[in-house]
Amino acid sequence: MMQAIGQFAAIAATALFIFALNWMNDPKTARRGVFAGVAGMTVAVVATWIQPEIVHHGWILLAIAAGFVVGVPLSRVPLTAVPQRTALSHAFGGLAAGLVGVAEYHLWLGEGAEHITTFRMSALVVEVILGFLTFTGSLMAAGKLQEVRWIPQRPVTYPGQNVVNLGVLAAAAVIGVLLVLHPTAPWAGNALLAIVGLALVFGVFLIIPIGGADMPTVISILNSYAGLSAVAMGFVLNSMLLVTAGALDGSSGLILSIIMCRAMNRSFTNVLFGAFGTVKKAIASGEQKVWKQESPEGAAQLLEQAQSVVIIPGYGMAVAQAQHKVRELYDQLTKRGVTVKFAIHPVAGRMPGHMNVLLAEANIPYSALVEMDEINPEMPQCDVALVIGANDVVNPAARYAKDSPIYGMPIIDADKARTVLAIKRSKNPGFAGIDNELYVQDNTWMLFGDAKGVIGDLVKQFAGGGIH
Amino acid sequence: MTNYWSMLFVFVLATFIGLGVIRRVSRLLYTPLMSLTNAISAIAVVGSLVVTGADYPRAIRILGAVALFASMTNIVSGFLITDRMLKMFKKQ
Repeated sequence: MMQAIGQFAAIAATALFIFALNWMNDPKTARRGVFAGVAGMTVAVVATWIQPEIVHHGWILLAIAAGFVVGVPLSRVPLTAVPQRTALSHAFGGLAAGLVGVAEYHLWLGEGAEHITTFRMSALVVEVILGFLTFTGSLMAAGKLQEVRWIPQRPVTYPGQNVVNLGVLAAAAVIGVLLVLHPTAPWAGNALLAIVGLALVFGVFLIIPIGGADMPTVISILNSYAGLSAVAMGFVLNSMLLVTAGALDGSSGLILSIIMCRAMNRSFTNVLFGAFGTVKKAIASGEQKVWKQESPEGAAQLLEQAQSVVIIPGYGMAVAQAQHKVRELYDQLTKRGVTVKFAIHPVAGRMPGHMNVLLAEANIPYSALVEMDEINPEMPQCDVALVIGANDVVNPAARYAKDSPIYGMPIIDADKARTVLAIKRSKNPGFAGIDNELYVQDNTWMLFGDAKGVIGDLVKQFAGGGIH
Repeated sequence: MTNYWSMLFVFVLATFIGLGVIRRVSRLLYTPLMSLTNAISAIAVVGSLVVTGADYPRAIRILGAVALFASMTNIVSGFLITDRMLKMFKKQ
């Protein structure tokens, strides 16, 4: 009877999870998706908890309470910190899978070797490796995104790095195979610990050479790993529910990774094993052009006289927390009859969809947010392209400069607008360490400074100052 | 011998359903999508719950309790922040 309830709950939860994801296809129905997800989760937890083999309720209550104590504050972080929070939650997912894997192995040993089949043991090894590498890898990613002091932000590379990394993974895999062949050998417990250690180290090594611009892809890949470790856990525990829910998460991470890679014209292996920062060749060829600087008054005038303005936000907007000022500018311009659209590059920011969430937070209607592919044909008709802290995603060198690390990456055609205004924090080159010729084009005017400050100055021009 | 083949079968089918459903997700919502799928994959909670709550040796149950805490954190923060973000998407 109890088992039937458990099975039925698993089916119901799976259906609810699929509905939850299905409702995410439209912002109008998306919140329903959250309720479906919560319902599915509740059904699954309750149906497991009432099973007769669960006897220690105190520990469960304690762990769940602790989960709430940490989880609620984590859900209230500022939206600019959402990439870090996401990476952290992948770390927790990996940790849970890894720990359950280790615990299950020792349970099997205690209950007798006949529980350990080759299939289950292989799944367990995969679960442990994936779980623990996701754990440290995601922690490193979260640390880089949070700009923790002792974690280097810039990609760290050294000769032979890929050999070392793959060596560590191969060592874990070899020990894993030995463990699957001899799961009850006297050394097996230590072998599992060695796998745990190697996976932890591999996770760190995997993320060290990765820089901020690659974070959207890396977070998506880690998302996929976290899902796959849940699938492996399902194989280990014989739970269909874990397999299906983990597969949904894994496929979501996979699709996002593919979209991110395509948006950067790079392959998975290139992101993971071809650190961006290593390609920092001097590209200072030809004559040095200089940028032209514009004052807030002049920029405001340009914007006011425009009929259509396309705003291209990037990570600089997130760092400066400028989204609310951008909203004020948006209001001032639309009030004056200017059409304002936002052009969103898939990899703008530090995670998939980062810009959309920030702009939505600032109450900018989502109908004004336009994808790269849709906005590009309109760019030649656009009067002013306002680039806010975006760099590589508007660099025309991506179209033709074969020696450039961003060659082939699809970009937003800001350079085709009649006039370009670019807000930039410093006069240094962008993340990839490459000059951006957009800034020295004849029709480009630079506004140097923190995005929030510069946009604030522009808004002042409209609100009280020179423009009426 | 349990039904390993049927589990692999289910895994493959679930992946295809996942690919089909996720492909249709609005591009606006990729960030909330990631936090939602993250909360969903914290379904690992059911595994941790058994390891923590069943009559197993203490050391094993400690591992389970830490795993349960980690999954629960993901469930709570994942669903809450997804809803918080989705509330912000307004048409006009």
